[in-house]
Amino acid sequence: MTDTAEITKQVKEIVVEHLGVEEAKVTETASFIDDLGADSLDTVELVMAFEEKFGIEIPDDAAEKITTVKDAIDYIQKQKSA
Amino acid sequence: MRRVVVTGMGAVTPLGIGVEHVWKRLLAGESGIGAIQSFDVKDLPAKIAGQVPSGSKEDGKLDLNEWIPPKDQRKMDRFIQLALVAADEAVADSGWKVETDEDAWTTGVMIGSGIGGLQTIFEASQLVHEGKSRRLSPFFIPSALINLASGHVSIKHGFKGPNHAVVTACATGVHALGDAARLIAMGDADVMVAGGSEAAVCELGMAGFCASRALSTGFNDTPAKASRPWDKDRDGFVMGEGAGVLVLEEYEHAKKRGAKIYAEFAGYGLSGDAYHITAPAEGHDGAFRAMKAALKNGGVTPEQIGYINAHGTSTPLGDDLELQAVERLFGDAARGAAMSSTKSAIGHLLGAAGAVEAVFSILAVRDDVAPPTLNLDEPSTPSVIDRVPHTAQERKIDIALSNSFGFGGTNASILFRKPH
Repeated sequence: MTDTAEITKQVKEIVVEHLGVEEAKVTETASFIDDLGADSLDTVELVMAFEEKFGIEIPDDAAEKITTVKDAIDYIQKQKSA
Repeated sequence: MRRVVVTGMGAVTPLGIGVEHVWKRLLAGESGIGAIQSFDVKDLPAKIAGQVPSGSKEDGKLDLNEWIPPKDQRKMDRFIQLALVAADEAVADSGWKVETDEDAWTTGVMIGSGIGGLQTIFEASQLVHEGKSRRLSPFFIPSALINLASGHVSIKHGFKGPNHAVVTACATGVHALGDAARLIAMGDADVMVAGGSEAAVCELGMAGFCASRALSTGFNDTPAKASRPWDKDRDGFVMGEGAGVLVLEEYEHAKKRGAKIYAEFAGYGLSGDAYHITAPAEGHDGAFRAMKAALKNGGVTPEQIGYINAHGTSTPLGDDLELQAVERLFGDAARGAAMSSTKSAIGHLLGAAGAVEAVFSILAVRDDVAPPTLNLDEPSTPSVIDRVPHTAQERKIDIALSNSFGFGGTNASILFRKPH
């Protein structure tokens, strides 16, 4: 569950579902707002979906720094291995 | 004052979606009332409602995925979704497309709702109750707010004129249309996309109206018989959901672009009861004054009115009081007048009722036919007014009057006439 490939897969699934974008567009460097058409409320919802899925809490100051798919994966990985 | 005409219509109702489809079923005497399947009704005394049928657009039913991307559906309560669908139909029907900045600035939206995002509020409050406030969606507030129906429609179509929303309980639809027509008449806009939407057929909505003893409870096994305006066995209204939207347009603007004109807005009147939060005043004086004001506003006499779409909810008190008010206003012209309640077929759509019934009133004017009052087997009170029992009637209808009255003692009447 905590291995990177699994986290990456699940993060991408959440992004595809919540932003209604094609899977191919959800690359690791993709920015939620600039590349995937999210607005600020979408990103709040995304972070909540990550919290729910991975059973973690992401404080607001950390959430603000999660702007790309990779940011999310890295943060979640760090929390899960801590 | 500038003239205002109707150039587009959209309807989402328990009889289906699409104006012509719904109208055909209404004239055929079909009912959109059925058992509630979408949630558990075992603790509720009222177990039936008029719900928009699910299915494909092709079959005149609603599949939201055909209208709104799934990711956006999560950001809006059902009342907003229904408004978007009705507005899409109305705007497409009107042929009005915003091309210039000026077009955008002079096209506004005024879609109201009686209650707004009740189911959304219900679900969110459960999360908070369970100590999970952090799980609340960032879209909770904008999903529940009533003016977000107008907001979403404006965003989707690029309408940058007046953006407004009416909230007057069951009078919302008529108030929205009347106020929007006045914005055009006064020059604030050239086109207004206006109407009402409601989606309160949910546990909390049903339980609430059950608590106020407003709903029919005696026909759970025969849902199509439950909504029976003026009939001696009526025992309350039947909840309904849906949306009605009109494209109202300044006459010269419509003529210039060669738009199809369904009817002309021909008068609007409003009043307050100052009497009781839910019960109508003695003799339904507020209804009388709203109708009288509409006739005065339009310079219309009762003899000219070929059809009245009554508020007629099927409640024991309200129906006969409205009848009295119409008889008093019409005097000698009451004999031979036709008045029906289309709530007999679709139930009471609350904030959407007046807008959907405006669609029916306009079609009555267009087609010279009065839609029927279903289940009117034996009136509790006789009248010289023909209440069009059971079957539609062909008759000359130059002008139609439609009434809507709401909790709080708010009343509104609107008139539409054949275009000339």
